[in-house]
Amino acid sequence: MPSPISRHDVAHVARLARLALTDEELELFTVQLGAVLAHAADVAALDTAGVAPTAHPLPMVNVLRGDEPGPSLDRDEVLAQAPAAEDGRFRVPRILGEAP
Amino acid sequence: MTATTAIGLAAEVREGRRKAAEVVEQYVAAIEAREPELHAFNLVLADEARAAAAAVDAAVGRGLDPGPLAGVPIALKDNLCTRGIPTTCSSQILAGWRPPYDATVVARLRDAGAVVVGKTNLDEFAMGSSTENSAFGPTRNPHDHTRVPGGSSGGSAAAVAAGFAPLALGSDTGGSIRQPAALCGVVGMKPTYGLVSRYGLVAFASSLDQIGPFASTVADAAALLEVIGGHDPADSTSIDRPPPRLLPTLGDGVGGLRVGVVRELTDGIDADVLDRLHQAADALGAAGAQVGEASVPAAVYGLSAYYLIAPAEASSNLSRYDGVRYGLRVPGEDVTAMYEATRAKGFGPEVKRRIMLGTYALSAGYYDAYYGQAQRVRTLIIRDFEAAYRDFDVLLAPTAPTTAFRLGAKTDDPLAMYLSDVCTIPSNLAGDPAISVPFGSGADGLPVGVQVLAPALGEEVLFRVAAVLEGAAP
Repeated sequence: MPSPISRHDVAHVARLARLALTDEELELFTVQLGAVLAHAADVAALDTAGVAPTAHPLPMVNVLRGDEPGPSLDRDEVLAQAPAAEDGRFRVPRILGEAP
Repeated sequence: MTATTAIGLAAEVREGRRKAAEVVEQYVAAIEAREPELHAFNLVLADEARAAAAAVDAAVGRGLDPGPLAGVPIALKDNLCTRGIPTTCSSQILAGWRPPYDATVVARLRDAGAVVVGKTNLDEFAMGSSTENSAFGPTRNPHDHTRVPGGSSGGSAAAVAAGFAPLALGSDTGGSIRQPAALCGVVGMKPTYGLVSRYGLVAFASSLDQIGPFASTVADAAALLEVIGGHDPADSTSIDRPPPRLLPTLGDGVGGLRVGVVRELTDGIDADVLDRLHQAADALGAAGAQVGEASVPAAVYGLSAYYLIAPAEASSNLSRYDGVRYGLRVPGEDVTAMYEATRAKGFGPEVKRRIMLGTYALSAGYYDAYYGQAQRVRTLIIRDFEAAYRDFDVLLAPTAPTTAFRLGAKTDDPLAMYLSDVCTIPSNLAGDPAISVPFGSGADGLPVGVQVLAPALGEEVLFRVAAVLEGAAP
């Protein structure tokens, strides 16, 4: 049986997931994800016409709290856990091209 | 003779017959003696436990009631946030992180007088069935050090089995409380989805995750669930009901209850485990229950559906670990390079595998065939359980297909490892409660667990049945 997922697919998914994979990981995951997806073929092949999907086991929607101010997490305490912070904000590498 | 159960210890401490400080020293000594060989904990909090016990004793001294778990040591799975105390999820990506808040269950335990003795080891981000996926090394089964404790809450199960604490908390997404409880010979319970607040539980698969108790007795597990359960405005999926009351009816027996052994969950189970299941069914019959065979046909698709739904939700939940706000950051020349390098270094192989699987199941062209289809199968499983509960009050099944397996036996074959959860997954998909009760041992002398399943919010009847099984266990 051909694998349901190719090495090319795995590399594409790794980019979507923002995971830098080694060649060895690409190889291994192609085999292992193929095995899990082959096992899932029973589900994929099932006739579920007319069956509504369940995203969540509780019949609850749009739970809202009262619009009343309350305490939040302390900003300094939160930023103290950040890999890099500056001027009360998270500092990240450049996300845009060079400024003109 | 001093108590060894949580309920007994709390009574002694509340009545001033025993100091919480003395209780803590006893358990800290037990931890120091055997923890090096078991590795149940990522972090032992001996000094913090001593301070908490002193506060309990001071309250008793002032004539105050410290609460229903006064002075009772408890171990917390290390995916429950503890303010200012490292919470790692057994992952390098969270190494060194100190949460700025407590999980709701942690706050409720403190209010009930419980004393946290440590944070327990788990499969990284609760993804696994053996605790071998921890970035900090495996936990060993207290009954046999060459065997796994199960997982993902293997550290919590081992801690209770080894006498490191009478109580522990775990989380159960596909069996991560019940399966290790069975393999370690302790009681482990997954509550109805929404009964226990998930606020401060590090998310794995949000529509399946539920926090629940480990204990050495059914009554202790019930006492712990009474403390942690009940509505929490901080969790929008929390059911708006008061905390459950379980202890008053715990001894009411099973007379007249209809008990169904789930046919589909007895396929592919080791013969010695099945023997114990049938023995448990007979014991319930002897205690006055009507025992029959139940059928939940769609349960056979549970494993496949779960290993699409849970990774899909995980791939979304774990996108937050990007090196920006907390945890590990590996520098990169731009933000995408930083993301990719951080996640490559911070996540272990199983977490990467599940993120990949989930991302694939959600990606364009495959979403409906895999994730959408799994969600429809989830509906079928819920319908089949509803039908079974028209004929039966509770259902009976094995907890795990085998007793504890050897370290390394399944680490190279993810699908074989996933099969460990085949009997526990259906309850998570349905959102229903289930409990594993120790019931004798297998041919190898290792513990076997029997699982009781009930409809949503059926905790009261679930615990009654569990108490009868506990009393009848060989």
